[in-house]
Amino acid sequence: MKKLIVAASCALAMAAGTVQAKDWKEIRIAFDVPYEPFEYKDENGELTGFEVELAEAMCEEMKADCEFVIQAWDGMIPGLLARKFDAIMSSMSITPERAERVLFSEPYYNTPGGWFGPDAFNTDVTDMDAMKGKTVGVQRGTTMDTFVTENMGGIVTIKRYTTADDMVLDLEGQRLDVVFVDYPVGEQTVLSKDGFKEVGEPVKLGEGVGVAMRKRDKDLAGKVNATLKKLKNDGTYDAIMQKYFTYDVKM
Amino acid sequence: MPDFIAQWLNQNDIFTAMTIMEYWDGLVTTVHLVFLSLVIGLVCAIPLAILRTVKNPFVSGPVWLYTYLFRGTPLLIQLYIIYYGIAQIPGIQETFWWEIFREPFYPALLAFALNTCAYTTEIIRGAIVSTPNGEIEAAKAYGMNWWLRTRRIVLPSAARRAVQAYSNEVIFMLHSSAIASVVTIVDLTGAARNIYSRFYAPFDAFIFVACCYLVLTFILVFAFRKLESHLLRHQRPIQN
Repeated sequence: MKKLIVAASCALAMAAGTVQAKDWKEIRIAFDVPYEPFEYKDENGELTGFEVELAEAMCEEMKADCEFVIQAWDGMIPGLLARKFDAIMSSMSITPERAERVLFSEPYYNTPGGWFGPDAFNTDVTDMDAMKGKTVGVQRGTTMDTFVTENMGGIVTIKRYTTADDMVLDLEGQRLDVVFVDYPVGEQTVLSKDGFKEVGEPVKLGEGVGVAMRKRDKDLAGKVNATLKKLKNDGTYDAIMQKYFTYDVKM
Repeated sequence: MPDFIAQWLNQNDIFTAMTIMEYWDGLVTTVHLVFLSLVIGLVCAIPLAILRTVKNPFVSGPVWLYTYLFRGTPLLIQLYIIYYGIAQIPGIQETFWWEIFREPFYPALLAFALNTCAYTTEIIRGAIVSTPNGEIEAAKAYGMNWWLRTRRIVLPSAARRAVQAYSNEVIFMLHSSAIASVVTIVDLTGAARNIYSRFYAPFDAFIFVACCYLVLTFILVFAFRKLESHLLRHQRPIQN
């Protein structure tokens, strides 16, 4: 019995060894759906979206056989570390806290923060004198919160919300003059309602979103970075981006 | 805040003079909100509790319905209905009411006062109905009318029986006030949430705020113990 266990562990160790040494012909990439327009299932149940198409283009360029895995957000990093998949391309923003546990590629997109307000709102949001005394809504702890707190702290009244839904309710109820929110979120929640519009220009914030990989897979990260760079330069990236966005998310 | 304290605090990573001031403002807001809602709640609860004990169902019925509704639903739901519901009333933004209800403070005060008033009504009612019959009969024998009887005999006697249960309600109200932070009020909990999201330090931010609540609770417990021993001094054994 003991011999059998030893033999089995040896076999396992060897099998694991071969996995270690692979040359990344097969890559498993995880997404958390739905997060439109980045990753979602279309009416036929097919996985699609900006990041999915970018992943497809990347795999084609790397001549790798890719398998797409659906993984809920809270199990993303644990699943990656447990080798359920090899990479995460699910709008994971690069933060120092996450970078301690995973290896990020170069950023491949960054959604700007957008200003949204009622149609009657005609103040220039970059003009601090005009903004004095206005009430601005942000989502607590987001890069938009940090931006408003640092740049407009003593000038405007900042109201912090946990969810975007609560914030939009207060914008509708005229408790807020304007909100500063992640652009795709604002596009879906505020612009979809009558009587609201975008105010001013979107502002680029934060370090962007990168592909997350295990720390030891430096060879994979090198390949991914080289491929992303090529896609960004040869027009493939732009073609995919224009399919999903009316504004610039390229980084 | 004196400069030397600020300088000493600024050596910390999280608890700088700025964050301590944010906690302090939160503490002031919490105390302000809880104190006002308790006072309003208590003042309204005494007449409501008397009405609740009246035999006529057309008088006691509406009070019963009110306490049933406000004790039967979570305070968070009441706060959401009042805060977001008021803003949905068509045309409210053009009336003078909007001056009051635009800021989150007054909707929260309204929700908290209505809620604590419902509980306090039931506490006082329980104390009133458990007044010993002998006390009431004795008052009647002296020829006191209903009002005089209630004022001189029933309410003072009920207050002694209600004070322990009411001290619980006050402490619960202090802790319930934490949900004011969901409607953008920066109370103690709101300050803790802001500081947590700024430094990604949940333990430091929340343990500090938990200690603030503990100190407040300790003050309340101490004050109520003094009040109890004052109200119930006739029950103490005689000291030699």
